[in-house]
Amino acid sequence: MNNNLISNIIRFLILIFIQVGLFKNMGYYSLATPFPYILFILLLPIGLSNFMLFVIALLTGLTVDAFYDSVGVHAAACVALAWFRIFFHRITLDIDAQESLNTPSWGNMGFKWFGTYVVLSTLAHHIVLFFVEVFSFKNFLNTLSSIVLSSVFTIVLIFIIGIVTYRRKSRLAS
Amino acid sequence: MKNLWLFLVRYNAFFLFILFFVFSIVLVVRNNNYQRASFFNSSNAVVGSYFKKINSWKAYLALADDNQKLLEENALLRKQLQGFLAIDTNSQIQLIDSIEIDRYDFTVATVINNSIHQKSNYITLDKGSSHGVHANMGVITSNGIVGIVENVSKNFSTVRSLLHPDIRISVSLDSVSDAFGSLVWGNNIDSRYAMVRDIPNHVKAYVGQPIFTSGYSTLFPKGIKVGHVIEPEVVSGESFKEIRILLTTDFSKLHHVYIVKDKLAEEKVSLEALNKDNE
Repeated sequence: MNNNLISNIIRFLILIFIQVGLFKNMGYYSLATPFPYILFILLLPIGLSNFMLFVIALLTGLTVDAFYDSVGVHAAACVALAWFRIFFHRITLDIDAQESLNTPSWGNMGFKWFGTYVVLSTLAHHIVLFFVEVFSFKNFLNTLSSIVLSSVFTIVLIFIIGIVTYRRKSRLAS
Repeated sequence: MKNLWLFLVRYNAFFLFILFFVFSIVLVVRNNNYQRASFFNSSNAVVGSYFKKINSWKAYLALADDNQKLLEENALLRKQLQGFLAIDTNSQIQLIDSIEIDRYDFTVATVINNSIHQKSNYITLDKGSSHGVHANMGVITSNGIVGIVENVSKNFSTVRSLLHPDIRISVSLDSVSDAFGSLVWGNNIDSRYAMVRDIPNHVKAYVGQPIFTSGYSTLFPKGIKVGHVIEPEVVSGESFKEIRILLTTDFSKLHHVYIVKDKLAEEKVSLEALNKDNE
């Protein structure tokens, strides 16, 4: 448990630092901007209580907002991501797995589960993020293309991070 | 009562989501409406000093470029100085308006955080209220304009960059002609281009024509070059037209900027405020 806590804190610090120091400066005009910091929320322990999950997601969002000067935008997207995560875990994991405090990583869950998880979660996060940022349905196609291109960018980066940090452990789901 | 409780517990994820999401949206809307200096932005001390540290490493990568720019600026200033020396003061009586001579003060600042890929871009500078910076001052670089100071803390300030949908700057089409319009980012995608709006239709613009600041606001001195026309008529058939320009400022390579302090700003603003009272 203690070990888990420390590794999550370290993961948080590293991902936020990379996000605001490196990925903030990357992008294809303003069409595609990557946000791989959401990997932190995706990798929180599975059995975390809903309330804690929402609080952590909100604080993560506010931290990123502070660096992007966009109060509340990332917070809203991270909260939506947390909700999606709860929903996804409930329909894909059995009760034993839902109670455990394991990290839902590539090595633990297998590629099929982890891949679906990352792709769908990223889409959910980016849809909320870009619509809250624009705050209207004007230029719908423009926003939509931002969402799709940024999602592809983020997903690729998350898989690269996944490959670099891959460690195979016991399979919880296949 | 028990059923209600069970219902809430059963769907607690959904209710918590609504609660937290509404909280975030309230933050967004409040910030959009008032643009007040809030705690969660990059002029706050922790975030500011983090960017400053990162920037102190990044500065080395830009050294060659910066030196080149400084050399060019030196050359330009030297050329202007030469022009002044060459004037024969005996031939005519010189009248110099001493108010205009030191009307503007320039504070050098370093960009410690910059973005060009967002929909609303902001820049953080390493000068704050302790260096005499306050909100609504113009920011320029050696070859163009950058933006307007928005929030100030003790040692840092955030600048609303020209690449922001809510920014409008008064510009004139030529340093002498009186046709003026407002400069906006417009297309919201590319950091190299911007649009000039509200140019009367009878004014003819040509490709390559320089665009200057008009000096009508207290933000920027008159006659700073902003960019060149690349598409003289984007909208036609109405009484005003739009012009697409190529900016002279390279926002992706901003490093050293000047904050413009207009000493007569207060006087001008308070005089103009009288007009509104009389309406």
